[in-house]
Amino acid sequence: MWSRLVWLGLRAPLGGRQGFTSKADPQGSGRITAQVIEHLERLALVDFGSCEAVARLEKAIAFADRLRAVDTDGVEPMESVLEDRCLYLRSDNVVEGNCADELLQNSHRVVEEYFVAPPGNISLPKLDEQEPFPHS
Amino acid sequence: MEVLFLLSVSAALKQGQITPTELCQKCLSLIKKTKFLNAYITVSEEVALKQAEESEKRYKNGQSLGDLDGIPIAVKDNFSTSGIETTCASNMLKGYIPPYNATVVQKLLDQGALLMGKTNLDEFAMGSGSTDGIFGPVKNPWSYSKQYREKRKQNPHSKNEDSDWLITGGSSGGSAAAVSAFTCYAALGSDTGGSTRNPAAHCGLVGFKPSYGLVSRHGLIPLVNSMDVPGILTRCVDDAAIVLGALAGPDPKDSTTVHDPINKPFMLPSLADVSKLCIGIPKEYLIPELSSEVRSLWSKAADLFESEGAKVLEVSLPHTSYSIVCYHVLCTSEVASNMARFDGLQYGHRCDINVSTEAMYAATRREGFNDVVRGRILSGNFFLLKENYENYFVKAQKVRRLIANDFVNAFNSGVDVLLTPTTLSEAVPYLEFIKEDNRTRSAQDDIFTQAVNMAGLPAVSIPVALSNQGLPIGLQFIGRAFCDQQLLTVARWFEKQVQFPVIQLQELMDDCSAVLENEKSASVSLKQ
Repeated sequence: MWSRLVWLGLRAPLGGRQGFTSKADPQGSGRITAQVIEHLERLALVDFGSCEAVARLEKAIAFADRLRAVDTDGVEPMESVLEDRCLYLRSDNVVEGNCADELLQNSHRVVEEYFVAPPGNISLPKLDEQEPFPHS
Repeated sequence: MEVLFLLSVSAALKQGQITPTELCQKCLSLIKKTKFLNAYITVSEEVALKQAEESEKRYKNGQSLGDLDGIPIAVKDNFSTSGIETTCASNMLKGYIPPYNATVVQKLLDQGALLMGKTNLDEFAMGSGSTDGIFGPVKNPWSYSKQYREKRKQNPHSKNEDSDWLITGGSSGGSAAAVSAFTCYAALGSDTGGSTRNPAAHCGLVGFKPSYGLVSRHGLIPLVNSMDVPGILTRCVDDAAIVLGALAGPDPKDSTTVHDPINKPFMLPSLADVSKLCIGIPKEYLIPELSSEVRSLWSKAADLFESEGAKVLEVSLPHTSYSIVCYHVLCTSEVASNMARFDGLQYGHRCDINVSTEAMYAATRREGFNDVVRGRILSGNFFLLKENYENYFVKAQKVRRLIANDFVNAFNSGVDVLLTPTTLSEAVPYLEFIKEDNRTRSAQDDIFTQAVNMAGLPAVSIPVALSNQGLPIGLQFIGRAFCDQQLLTVARWFEKQVQFPVIQLQELMDDCSAVLENEKSASVSLKQ
């Protein structure tokens, strides 16, 4: 992971809450602020890990922005190509199951018939309490 | 005479000219010889031999299960296979052994097919080169073909032979390489944005994407639930039809399969003439990036249909230029959701951190996913943020409807089948491919294929001819929803017209000719 000092060094020239805009992307409007980064990392439980990753996201957003040019007035969103059909419902009978042993085998930590998880209800430390992407 | 196709080897099995065990041994031996292609992640040798033994018993008792009994097949490693490691070429699932078979795998096994192994892919099927998995990239067998090597000898600038090997395309590159190198007769791929058709075009194979809802996705580790379908890779259209016949049909375990009656078995009628056919050529697919060779073949194909009496019309799919953008938003959004299940708790990789659930999940996912996957998850989560949802995700869903409607309108104007290129060019060398990142490459390479997934239509890539460099070029046919049989019928007619050459992997085949000696009397070739 990135050391705090490296990040502070990189951020200084960009200033304030500008965020990590990529030079290659003219539309990098600083939408990817440190707040957004933190928010996304907590929602996704996946970290950016590097400046390049943020730049890639900015490029992805700029790419997606091209959709604005399409006129979609009066157009309904399409969720599925099978939207005109009725969903098939099978009869409510139990035909399989009772395979707890097989399922438990795939887990790394199991106690009797329980999957074992570390304690919950503990938020991830805020970004400025851990290494990279400090708040301004 | 080599027995290259499913139907012909099936006939040989039925007539007792070759036994399933011999066939299995031959394919296993080829797998070993072609190990350098890196097509297989897992070779299920014992399983295959056991299945071959059982198949042999059935043939002896005159109780064969059908055309697929005793036929070696391979399955992409994102389909769950009971008792056999299923990794999706990712650290997240390395060592994961599913307790069940994907429906399509089960169907093939029920028909007596022999499972040779699980094939390599881009991690979680994200990519268009089969280069981004943890087991390394897949090499295109055509890199080692006589056709390609002879052309390269003529080039004074050609470098050291092996460093210039070509990609297979992706993400079902392992499956494509496996079929192309004769290690099996058919392989399952998956197709979300072209992942079956793209490598098929680069490896000189038939790559078929069924209509969404025709084939069950149960057990296919999902990427984009509204677009994924299992795909079929074979060396000829008839073989693809046989496999489709085994796979198509409703599945109570997949609520997105349709329950309409389907014509089974999928025996394709012979198309005597094409004069009643109307072929559509979408004009927006003629883009500057298209290589002149592919453009020329596309044009020749259209001329061929016309000269044989078919009507050939230019059609318009006006939203084509937005299709890749729309796909990008919808794909990353669904991926963000689908990848959320990988938290290390019930299956897959788990990190050592035990401070809290969230910390454990975060570290597990950091360790388990590569940059490409993480990048897509983050992009998808961005588009799904409350403040972005309307402007990106819902907007893309609206554009998806416009794109699907474009196709409906084209077909309503009297067109039966659309004809387009599959890829921009022939397969490129790996060293060139990796100069751009995964997202850029996918956006470039999926350009002709992903609109089909958004509309849920059936499509097939057919190998047409070799390029000036001796490499395969394929063209794509797109059909109306649930008109898969008609689509394949047209494709089969076209395949017979173009007579695409067989790959010449001479050194490999010489050693196998001894086993095939006794098949001479049952010889059936494409030229019949």
